[in-house]
Amino acid sequence: MRTRRKRGLAVTELETHAAHTGLAHQFQNLDQQQDADTLGIWVFLVTEIMFFGGVFAAYAIYRGFYFAAFEGGSHILDVRLGAFNTVALLGSSLTMALSVRSAQSGNRRALVLFLILTMILGGVFLGVKAYEYDQKFVEHVVPSLDWAPEGAVLARLAPGGLEHAELYFIFYFAMTGLHALHMIIGMGLLLWLVLRSRKGSFTPSYFAPVEVVGLYWHFVDIVWIFLFPLLYLIGGRY
Amino acid sequence: MQGLPFQPEQASTIARSVDNLHFFITAVTLFFTFLIFSIIFYFMIKYRRRSPGERPKAIEGSLPLEILWTAIPTLIVAVIFVWGSSLYFQNAEPPAGAMEIFVTGKQWMWKVEHPEGQREINELHVPLGRPVKLTMTSEDIIHDFFVPAFRVKKDVLPGRYTSLWFQPTKLGTFHLFCAQYCGAFHAGMIGSVIVLEPDAYERWLAGGVQGESMEAAGQKIFQQSGCSTCHLGDGTGPAPSLLGVYGQPVRLTNGQTVTADDAYVRESILNPGAKIVQGYAPIMPSFQGQLTEEQINSLIAYIRLLGKEQAKPKEEGKK
Amino acid sequence: MSTATLEPRVYVQRNYLNADYGWRSWLFTLDHKRIALLYLVSVTFFFVIGGSFAVLMRIHLVEPQGALVQPETYNKLFTLHGIVMIFFFLIPSIPAVLGNFLVPLMIGARDLAFPRLNLLSWYIYMVGGMFTLYSAIAGGVDVGWTFYTPYSSTYSNTQVTAVAIGVFITGFSSILTGLNFIVTIHKMRAPGLTWFRMPLFLWAMYATSIIMVLGTPVLAITIFLLALEHLFHVGIFSPALGGDPLLFQHLFWFYSHPAVYIMILPAMGVVSEIIACFARKRIFGYKVVGFSSVAIAVLGFLVWGHHMFVTGQSVYAGLIFSFLSFMVAIPSAIKVFNWTSTLYKGSISYEAPMLYAMGFIGLFTMGGLTGLFLASLATDVHLNGTYFIVAHFHYIMVGGAVMGYLGGIHFWWPKISGRKYPNGWAALAAAIIFVGFNLTFFPQFLLGYLGMPRRYAFYPAEFQVLNVMSSAGATVLGVGYLIPLVYLIWSMRYGPIAESNPWGATGLEWQTPSPPPTENFAEIPVVTEEAYAYAEKKGAGGD
Repeated sequence: MRTRRKRGLAVTELETHAAHTGLAHQFQNLDQQQDADTLGIWVFLVTEIMFFGGVFAAYAIYRGFYFAAFEGGSHILDVRLGAFNTVALLGSSLTMALSVRSAQSGNRRALVLFLILTMILGGVFLGVKAYEYDQKFVEHVVPSLDWAPEGAVLARLAPGGLEHAELYFIFYFAMTGLHALHMIIGMGLLLWLVLRSRKGSFTPSYFAPVEVVGLYWHFVDIVWIFLFPLLYLIGGRY
Repeated sequence: MQGLPFQPEQASTIARSVDNLHFFITAVTLFFTFLIFSIIFYFMIKYRRRSPGERPKAIEGSLPLEILWTAIPTLIVAVIFVWGSSLYFQNAEPPAGAMEIFVTGKQWMWKVEHPEGQREINELHVPLGRPVKLTMTSEDIIHDFFVPAFRVKKDVLPGRYTSLWFQPTKLGTFHLFCAQYCGAFHAGMIGSVIVLEPDAYERWLAGGVQGESMEAAGQKIFQQSGCSTCHLGDGTGPAPSLLGVYGQPVRLTNGQTVTADDAYVRESILNPGAKIVQGYAPIMPSFQGQLTEEQINSLIAYIRLLGKEQAKPKEEGKK
Repeated sequence: MSTATLEPRVYVQRNYLNADYGWRSWLFTLDHKRIALLYLVSVTFFFVIGGSFAVLMRIHLVEPQGALVQPETYNKLFTLHGIVMIFFFLIPSIPAVLGNFLVPLMIGARDLAFPRLNLLSWYIYMVGGMFTLYSAIAGGVDVGWTFYTPYSSTYSNTQVTAVAIGVFITGFSSILTGLNFIVTIHKMRAPGLTWFRMPLFLWAMYATSIIMVLGTPVLAITIFLLALEHLFHVGIFSPALGGDPLLFQHLFWFYSHPAVYIMILPAMGVVSEIIACFARKRIFGYKVVGFSSVAIAVLGFLVWGHHMFVTGQSVYAGLIFSFLSFMVAIPSAIKVFNWTSTLYKGSISYEAPMLYAMGFIGLFTMGGLTGLFLASLATDVHLNGTYFIVAHFHYIMVGGAVMGYLGGIHFWWPKISGRKYPNGWAALAAAIIFVGFNLTFFPQFLLGYLGMPRRYAFYPAEFQVLNVMSSAGATVLGVGYLIPLVYLIWSMRYGPIAESNPWGATGLEWQTPSPPPTENFAEIPVVTEEAYAYAEKKGAGGD
């Protein structure tokens, strides 16, 4: 691990030793550091809850106003793809949890393997998402950029009012788009973990980054657990 | 309290009571400001440091004092809250028999329509001593109708109606301001409310360009736009009769009951699929983009008229 | 060359300022103290920009027809004045400058929990600032800092997207700072430093951080949706396209009301520290004051609807928000009474920081009390949207928060810079600021009650006298603000060297040298005393 200090001040021996064990200079011991890291990621996740909460609240209000339009919009989405993605993401949370466990038990090979599996499942999710987005263009239900529903799609959307259906799709893209953005960032974090794990940076007494990224990844998963029924499962067709 | 140099005229029935509350709060503000300022000033002098080594004794606090100065402010704000809220509630609804005038705001002017058909731009003529209710909407963005002398103000929103009422108690010309920033000439979106003696008002109404009344205009639009084809008065058509409907509860196909107010009428015209009356099919076309705000206002005036035509002993529904 | 003639103006000890040289050592620093100084320079820069807009506005308003600019330009001036002052000065000021510098020192730690996040916070702030400056240069923004739709989303053709991006980005700076403080205060207190031994400044920073962390994300998503609407002409908040403009207002004010508590709570924390030191007494009712900070933070999230009393919302909603708005006033009142009681039987001296603290109490009291007019439904109907509102929030933001900030800068300046400034000039500046402030903003209460709406680029002639008074005051206020800029910069080179504890204050930060070494403490201190243990302190002032 590189030292935390840039240059100028002499780094004491204590600090050098600490740097090798992964202890940052502002902390007294690894426990305090781990505690702080964990609290830090939880506070961050609270901010994410507030962030997504805002758009969920706006969504809930409009869904209340324009239920028929939202129901119509929801029926345009492919439930099977959404369900498949849900399973993929849940699977990735499992592999993520297993990777944390591997780090905890010092099993480097398993750690790297599970991290890569998590990335693969995340990549599958994003791939399906990209396909779904492309489908929206095919069906011409992309607000502002390509909004010209026709045929069967138009028939589904018209009863609720086309402009309110467009509102549904704005929320669809905004919510899943923000979620996908968080997943892409998560993939980046996972890659960083893979690289560090392969170098042997994590030991049973120091694996906080794995835990922290794990918490983040689980959170992104939970957001999807809410998104899926809210966006895909409106109305009583099931 | 009239005649103070720093207040606007009191020209409506509520102005004095609002000012009384205002002065009470002013008194509270001045009292506590003066109290804190003088105590601090006194302490700053009395307990000024007299020698560099002074070590005052520690005083932790005092629970009785904390309770005292929590309870007293709470009591005072409770008084202000109750006073302000009850005044607000009292003034929320216009008295019966209020004249109904339509106001449309747009960047950067006020358009006024009297029920008799008289139209004004940036001016509102009203008679002395009668309550006036304004039903307002915006053609574009959020504005705000503000008459300082009457102590009334309400935002004017696109896509929906808001209302305010007042009863003038003084003759004269009073400022009308837009009080919600609305772009380049927000400061220019001002006008006057002109209060006339009742007979002078009638003369004003009768003179000038005489258009048809809003109700007559609304009836014409009702027929020309095809509304009368389906909304037959005897209820035998594919759409509900509108006699006796305005202001009354309406049962919908989804089981809900709503009141047929201005917002409901407007929505039914522009977005008919949103609420369907129980027992009817969702076949009404939307008139979105085909009617101006003034035409919709006229239709509302006409439908209000139809609402009075069934001899039901119910009072006009409160919103 | 004889050492006897060498003037004692050279630092002999190693400290965070001379630990390293060169621009890289500043722009890539992880030292919370240097990051605090980076923020100090930036917030001062934005204060000057926002203040310049204000000066232009007040000059323009001396004439009823407008003396200086076209209405469209005036609208851009007040918009950018608000955006720059709120997001780029008031919100960061005390937390990012004084908080960053002092929190680790007061806690007895070597740095914040996450130094790299701290530096990132500053860079994020600067990027957001650049977007905002760009929007100002590339034509300006005219939607008001409140961005009400549909004007901002559908009608305005100014740089709304650019400034929205700027505000969105800067919000994350706030969030990360708050996160850092929360974790630091929870996990890194020195041994013996229990919650109830912490200085009240830390309680204030903690409460502020809670608001930053919970509220700012909501602003972020709101601005994000607004930008989407503006960019793609979709209808999230615009009725013509199916949306609801009041939904925007609810979402916007859900953050922006707590935001005002982000701006005032830190100043209250500073005032507690100053009063305790300059009265040489423990703050009266320490626990009550600490809890009040938290109460204000919590209650502050429940009152946003009082900005919307005249939007046609239900009277019952109005009732609830009015009631809660009155409730949130109570903890602030309690603090004022406790500060005043601290002076009782104290030993009071009147250096510049104390003058600012006293000014704060007076002006904050007035500003807070004028909030009662606005919390009360019946009077708010008349006063909403007028200059009364402008006066109310400037009394709190400027008379309160800015004076608190200046008081804090003056109090901790010796610690931060290792130099003292001339107290005579500082006291003079404080007096000029106090007078200029009142002259600027008191007439605005009267203007508002008389009915002059806010955000008017021109106005009826009957309002001119009060406007001219206000503009005259603004000139005095501007001069007052320039004076500290001059002597504080002067002091960095020519001011007398400061000892560790020039004010004789309690608190761990005063037990380090002035300026502190990079690592703050050679050894992590162990705390055995209560906060503000003035009665037990030995010796008078100094070390």
